[in-house]
Amino acid sequence: MVSIQKTPLCERHIQLGARMVDFSGWYMPVQYDGILAEHHRTRKAASLFDTCHMGRFQVTGPGALDALDRLLTTDIKSIKDGQCKYGFLLREDGGILDDLITYRFNAKSWLIVVNAGTQAKDREWIQARLSTGVTFTDVSGTLAKIDVQGPNALSCVQKVCGIEVASLGYFRFMTFDFGGQAMASRTGYTGEKGVELYVNTDRIVELWDRFLAAGVKPAGLGARDTLRLEAGLPLYGHELSEEMTPVEASMMRYVTKTSDYIGRAALMQRQSQGAANVLVGFRIEGRQSARAGQPLMSQGRQVGTVTSGSYGPTVQCVIGFARLEREFAIVGARVQVDTGRAILEAMIVKPPFYKAD
Amino acid sequence: MSIMEMHFTKDHEWFRVEGDEATVGITDHAQQALGDITFVDLPKVGKVVSAHDSLLVVESVKAASDVFAPVAGTVSAVNEKLASSPELINQSACADGWLCKLKPFIPAMTELMTAEQYKIFLQEH
Repeated sequence: MVSIQKTPLCERHIQLGARMVDFSGWYMPVQYDGILAEHHRTRKAASLFDTCHMGRFQVTGPGALDALDRLLTTDIKSIKDGQCKYGFLLREDGGILDDLITYRFNAKSWLIVVNAGTQAKDREWIQARLSTGVTFTDVSGTLAKIDVQGPNALSCVQKVCGIEVASLGYFRFMTFDFGGQAMASRTGYTGEKGVELYVNTDRIVELWDRFLAAGVKPAGLGARDTLRLEAGLPLYGHELSEEMTPVEASMMRYVTKTSDYIGRAALMQRQSQGAANVLVGFRIEGRQSARAGQPLMSQGRQVGTVTSGSYGPTVQCVIGFARLEREFAIVGARVQVDTGRAILEAMIVKPPFYKAD
Repeated sequence: MSIMEMHFTKDHEWFRVEGDEATVGITDHAQQALGDITFVDLPKVGKVVSAHDSLLVVESVKAASDVFAPVAGTVSAVNEKLASSPELINQSACADGWLCKLKPFIPAMTELMTAEQYKIFLQEH
């Protein structure tokens, strides 16, 4: 039995009256003053998220670029200094071990940010496949992370950190000094403008408190989930898993065509065969929600399964992702969700469900 | 109608009696535990329930939860406002956020608690 892990901000969450839950082995805030309030505040102003539970790996050395190019589906060679990209870590058979973001400081210095629940598995996988000339360091414990997301996020970060982030492009990052080297990245998981901040763990409480003092309120994992869902962003363990490849995840756009990454042969074969099931978005009018695990039906036969489903507070209807037999995966097609209590009429739509102005 | 005239169950429902009709809701403790309520699957008028039967379902952002009938009876009215404003339950669980009415109803007094007894029950659980 592994004991539950706590982030350096755990005491703060408890002081703020957050409702705490076990998320992938981490004791995390699910909500502070309410999921809906936190969701709407993120869409209208800005929110602060503790994301210290995510895994952070440093990859350095003269062989770093080639090593990452072999390990990830990301188009590593195209990433410029100060840029980051989304991609996958695949098994030999193309199964998705994780989805992650890769940051390039320079050709010999990189950072990869992975999910909380997959961190140990990823570390083991990567370390076993590193060539000489590459140094791998798990910096999850020393480099802490918080996200500031929402239309006011950039100005708040500017005010609190004293850095010019407004001119930073999407999926670009900059370094700054905050008790050592810190980093601000124009990325996020909410569909809003925002910044992910990385600072030394011993300074993270101070940074968190500064944002609170500047009037930015915290949001928990509950709002993070409804925000990412509306934005059409997948969640590992729901939309993505080892049991599927990026072909089934409908995410081949995050797979480079030019590198010989692990899993490529299997993936190319799967792509030419065509996937039996694919990931789709769906929408249900009304408020009665479809939930993960519920079957999608067509003419009385199960043709898919909901992977995530929730009432979308901003879009004001029920939205979700599902794995669906390919022949039904047509935008505008209708299927039924059997919740066990009701049959809900769902329409297949193309995510995102929400786009910021 | 004061809280002293309400009856409470261990499943965190309340009801209060006006004539031969019982108005049913969930407690403030229950709404807090559920979080923001986004949908109420109201029963049809005429639905007959025994005590402890699933009376209806409330959905929060995270989950769907049964509300059990605190007493046996026949659904005589539902709170139509909840269809468009389920947040009334969060805002006013014991008044404007009432769920439905049962008429006639058959009370099972042994299982029920007064407001004071329910308060002690919450402290002990």
